[in-house]
Amino acid sequence: MGDHIVEISVFAFLFLLVSVMGFIASRWRAPQDMAHLDEWGLGGRSFGGWITWFLVGGDLYTAYTFVAVPALIFGAGAAGFFAVPYTVVIYPIFFLILIRLWSVSHRHGFVTPADFVRTRFDSPTLALLIAITGITATMPYIALQLIGIEAVLKTMGMTGESAFARHLPIIVAFAILAAYTYQSGLRAPALIAFVKDTLIYLVIIVAVLWLPSQLGGWSAIFDAADAKFQASPAPGDGIILNANNQIQYFTLALGSALALFLYPHSITGVLASKNRNVIKRNMSALPAYSLLLGLIALLGYMAIAAGVKPLPGAKPGSVDGNTVVPLLFDMHFPAWFAGVAFAAIGIGALVPAAIMSIAAANLFTRNIYKEYLRRDATPAQEATVAKVTSLVVKLGAVACIIFLDPQFSIDLQLIGGVIILQTAPSVMVGLFTRWLHRGGLIAGWVAGMGLGFWMLWQIPNAVTGRAHFGGSAFSLAEFGFDTTRTVYAGFVAVLVNLLVAVIVSVALRAAGTPEGTDGTKPDDYFADADDPRIDRDLRLDVAEGAK
Amino acid sequence: MAEPEHPRTDRSPWNWLLVVPIVVPLLTPLYNFDEPRLGGFPLFYWLQFAFILLGVTTTTVVYQMTKRGRRG
Repeated sequence: MGDHIVEISVFAFLFLLVSVMGFIASRWRAPQDMAHLDEWGLGGRSFGGWITWFLVGGDLYTAYTFVAVPALIFGAGAAGFFAVPYTVVIYPIFFLILIRLWSVSHRHGFVTPADFVRTRFDSPTLALLIAITGITATMPYIALQLIGIEAVLKTMGMTGESAFARHLPIIVAFAILAAYTYQSGLRAPALIAFVKDTLIYLVIIVAVLWLPSQLGGWSAIFDAADAKFQASPAPGDGIILNANNQIQYFTLALGSALALFLYPHSITGVLASKNRNVIKRNMSALPAYSLLLGLIALLGYMAIAAGVKPLPGAKPGSVDGNTVVPLLFDMHFPAWFAGVAFAAIGIGALVPAAIMSIAAANLFTRNIYKEYLRRDATPAQEATVAKVTSLVVKLGAVACIIFLDPQFSIDLQLIGGVIILQTAPSVMVGLFTRWLHRGGLIAGWVAGMGLGFWMLWQIPNAVTGRAHFGGSAFSLAEFGFDTTRTVYAGFVAVLVNLLVAVIVSVALRAAGTPEGTDGTKPDDYFADADDPRIDRDLRLDVAEGAK
Repeated sequence: MAEPEHPRTDRSPWNWLLVVPIVVPLLTPLYNFDEPRLGGFPLFYWLQFAFILLGVTTTTVVYQMTKRGRRG
């Protein structure tokens, strides 16, 4: 650890700096009354273009992405580059769909996607399913952020003898994160995102300008990668795709884009913006991060050209692919700049972890606590419950990393992407039409979840020798097709989900099963900042009447 | 600001333009080639980077053409 002292010092300094910022954030654009979920959990729904750009960018492009995508490229080549089409197609989709969600949420004071489903389909049960799906999918995602930090700490040589000593830095980091998220709510990650993204942009621009000159130019880098994949016996790798993984490539890109839209933390970031134009403008500005992600992905090839050997993993004999990028920085950057790069990744973990825990806390508070435990909860009580829940969620994430095999979190996150997609018919289709019956949506959800789990269970991984949960590429031969092609499991599951929802909707309608009443009006989906809030006005009326 | 006599809508023919950046990046046969290389980058990579520009351009155009207060 002694030879990394400069790196550790720079890392610690930047980490402390953002911690201070996190606590100060509660006074930034301070509200009159922080004891309201709109303030703590959505930053007062007041963020303009720049803040939203940093917040949503910092939210969607997580530390785990920054270490895992190049790790994938390092291991498998072109297949890992799906991250680029994935983050290109997502913004036009957001552009068309998310403004409707923003408008209807603005009108009705919705904080979570499940709030919307509850009012739209008049079904607390369906809303509960959406909320539980959201929380379940988010938890392992938070745990993965810790894996991102750990990859950096490991490279800096901070590996203790006992499990406790090894995890101590993470525990401290998360305790600080939990404290300032508790105090400042969504304002903390919004403020820290400025630092995080500035550091990441700086590091990546330097890396893509400087490293290729060290490694003989881009041609040499791609050729080195090509030579590695030519020599390896694995069938799916290479610097371009092969006949078998092209369907997987585009279904994974599309499925991941739809899933990311449905994750509670992305919706939280979007609902915090102050009007429709902020969202629309951001959809043309956010792809700057996609460019960044694409360049980061190519760090995986640079690591091949530089001859990086990943550090050993948790189990004897395994390797931790997530360490390739930190190792590349460690080898080729001066110590102080490597420290900056590591801080960028470390802080990059804090922003999404904070937003995810806030999003999960909002879901619990609005759709479980207020719906089932305490129907007459005041806004102040809601805010308190959410703050405490955010602590519990982070505690859970740390416990996952300390007590369970990290592989478990990676598996869960893989499952998370597939299960969050199963909320698409309710949330995404629901924003445009109420044609699907609430019973049909529940049936579709059950079918999609069941099929999704089964498919993931069936996927082996030849490299790690595991029989189940070996990835998301499902072999079409399992369905009886005479082919070696693969497809993204979540994509198939959500198609079946939709099909079941349609069939059951038709059946329920034929049987005359009640559909409930739609609490939203067509005009709500076009409302903008100057339109009055329905819920809040009602609440004020009630308070006035009680006096 | 509110104009109750006009029922509001997001409908605009310009929105169809957004289908392009959603569909094109998913068509793997379009870009799954090594040659020709550009600045050392195989086509697979530089063309997909170019799709980012395609996405930015189309969303910007659609945003400008569908801004509130501007009809058509």
